[in-house]
Amino acid sequence: MDLGFFAQYLINGLVQGITYALVAVGFTLFFGVLDVIKFSHGDVLMLGAFTALALFLGLDRLSTPTWLSLTIMLCLGTLTMALLGALLCKFLVLPLKESPPLNTLLITLMFGSVIRESVRLFFPNGSNPKPFPALLPETSINWGNLNLRLDSVILIFTGALAIVLTHLFIQKTRMGLAIRAVAQDEETARLMGINFTKTVLMTFALGSGLAALSGISTGLYYQEINFSMGLMLGVIGFSAAVVGGLGSIYGAIVGGLLFAFLQTLGAIWFSVPAYKDVFAFTVIIMLMAWRPTGLLADRSAERV
Amino acid sequence: MVVTRAAGAAFFMSVKIIELTNFEKRILLMLNTLKLLKVFIFLICCACLVSCSEQPETIKITFIGPLTGGVSAGGLGGRNSADLAVSLRNQSPETKYKYELVPLDDECKPNIGVQVATKAAADKNIVAGVTHYCSAVAMGTVDVYHKFGLPVIVWGAVLPDITYGNDHPEIHRVNGTMINQNMVAAEFMIAQGFSTWAVIHDTTDYGKGHFKYFEKALIEQPGAILGTFGVNPDQQDFTAELTKIKALNPEVIYFGGLAPTGVRIRAQMDKLGMSQVFQGTSGIVSDAFIDGVGDLAEGVLAFREGAPTEKLPGGKMFIQAYQARGFGEPAEAYGAFAFAATDLIIDVIEKVGPDRNLIRDELNLTQGHESIVGPVTFDSHGQNTIALITKYVIQDSSWVLWEDSEYALGKRSLK
Repeated sequence: MDLGFFAQYLINGLVQGITYALVAVGFTLFFGVLDVIKFSHGDVLMLGAFTALALFLGLDRLSTPTWLSLTIMLCLGTLTMALLGALLCKFLVLPLKESPPLNTLLITLMFGSVIRESVRLFFPNGSNPKPFPALLPETSINWGNLNLRLDSVILIFTGALAIVLTHLFIQKTRMGLAIRAVAQDEETARLMGINFTKTVLMTFALGSGLAALSGISTGLYYQEINFSMGLMLGVIGFSAAVVGGLGSIYGAIVGGLLFAFLQTLGAIWFSVPAYKDVFAFTVIIMLMAWRPTGLLADRSAERV
Repeated sequence: MVVTRAAGAAFFMSVKIIELTNFEKRILLMLNTLKLLKVFIFLICCACLVSCSEQPETIKITFIGPLTGGVSAGGLGGRNSADLAVSLRNQSPETKYKYELVPLDDECKPNIGVQVATKAAADKNIVAGVTHYCSAVAMGTVDVYHKFGLPVIVWGAVLPDITYGNDHPEIHRVNGTMINQNMVAAEFMIAQGFSTWAVIHDTTDYGKGHFKYFEKALIEQPGAILGTFGVNPDQQDFTAELTKIKALNPEVIYFGGLAPTGVRIRAQMDKLGMSQVFQGTSGIVSDAFIDGVGDLAEGVLAFREGAPTEKLPGGKMFIQAYQARGFGEPAEAYGAFAFAATDLIIDVIEKVGPDRNLIRDELNLTQGHESIVGPVTFDSHGQNTIALITKYVIQDSSWVLWEDSEYALGKRSLK
């Protein structure tokens, strides 16, 4: 294969892979601290994108400069979803902590449906795909058969930066230490004076904020969002987290990139590219059968 | 005995005061009440008869199309047009019946389409239907209409099999099919000097059908398809497929599918620096495509059955009446067909009455019926024998007839 085309596939896959990884990191964080699967994660992502779009529409009327609009959309969109994530944890997840895990799974699944249907019904003309503004520079460089666009590069670096910052937050800060302590042993962490509720709420806020960032990135890249976009992204993000090893941030990154790589490979191999998801999920199933705890699952008691 | 005495008492009451027992008073009161009740019932019957003779019978016709979802622009335009046909007819003093349109949303999804088609067909008050914009939905519902005996006229779906793939006498269609559309498209593109294509089509009946007939048309012409890519209509990322197409280096990217997917593909072509000509089908001839793609829409080609609304025989009247109603959405490309289908159904009901079987049989006899889209003649499969295909190009953010465009005059170039 021509090197230029190979590089093009790589860039396409990286943009997708980073998006999946951001979603997968959220799943892994929630599972790490509380052993729960938050199935509304994909819908929080979608709501983040719609919140950013609503903010843009408002700011556009005020003739706000593009860079300022983008900054406000990113900050407010992410913070709003972080708050929603914390509220969801406080009022829906924590009260069910002692009940069977299936209850938490179901209640988050239903909450996701509520978010999705609310956007569909109450966002103006919400059942139709919405054009998302192209706010990133569209400059592109041609190297042979590779067309490298600045917006793709920015999105890859922003996603990677968000994951690195999340990692540093968990490894280097007091709150990160508390998250790791809770993930390792909740009882002992409580005995050591760690505020359990605050730590868990912070984790949910962090994961949901990352989902919102992923949703906004998707909108900026494809210039279109729709009310059901979170469904597939949620399933792929969850699969990526599981195949990488639930509870491991590195696993989530590897899982996300692996899934995007498999999809790209499927699209190249099959004459009907619609089979690419079938191919990717089949490989994921085989990998899970081979390594049920995930590719990079931490074998010690520590997670996150 | 008691009754006789009570009646007699009523007679003498006005003449002289006589003593009545409590029981006799009650009987008297009951008789008076009965008399009043009789008068009241008589008056109600009279009022009912008068009102019934003044109000014509209300006949229900269903409209089914995508009212929500990615292609709802076409569906809403169709619904408004059908509604316009009904309201215009209701205003006419010569109309025998009062008509009511029952709009239903198929969301352009076959499973939803079958649900709403069953709902409409099972309702005995609905005597006919103006149905479907999406071919995949129409294919799923034709058996439902046949099973329930509901005569319908398809107003937008273009897959040939909807009419030609069955022998159901209930199914008719006013718009043309994709066979002629693709034949004209292939001939035109080759005449423009193009010879190599890459095909992207969605994997629904609509997308696959377009690919099949375009490929068939190219076999008879000196054109070659370098690669074919069946994609999911809900798919968001097409960069892998487009990178593969970039390596094949065709002159034209042919897209068989609807506007939302077309918007994504055209936008992502730009992300990969691809400057190939984008050739679409009737499914992208909508304002929604131009709105979604923006400036990248310039030079996009598409083909559609019939002629532009303003150039149709009754186009001007239709446009004026549509604008006068002040609908919130444009009529879109197939609005005139929805209007013509509704109008034809009403004509038939006026002639044979609101009976499903009679309407079906009368529709099957349609020959040279005057409509705003031209004369309608149904063949043995209920297909209108329209062969007119119009070529469009997007110029300055609007769909322009190829013949009227600066591209045809040589002022602008597709390549």
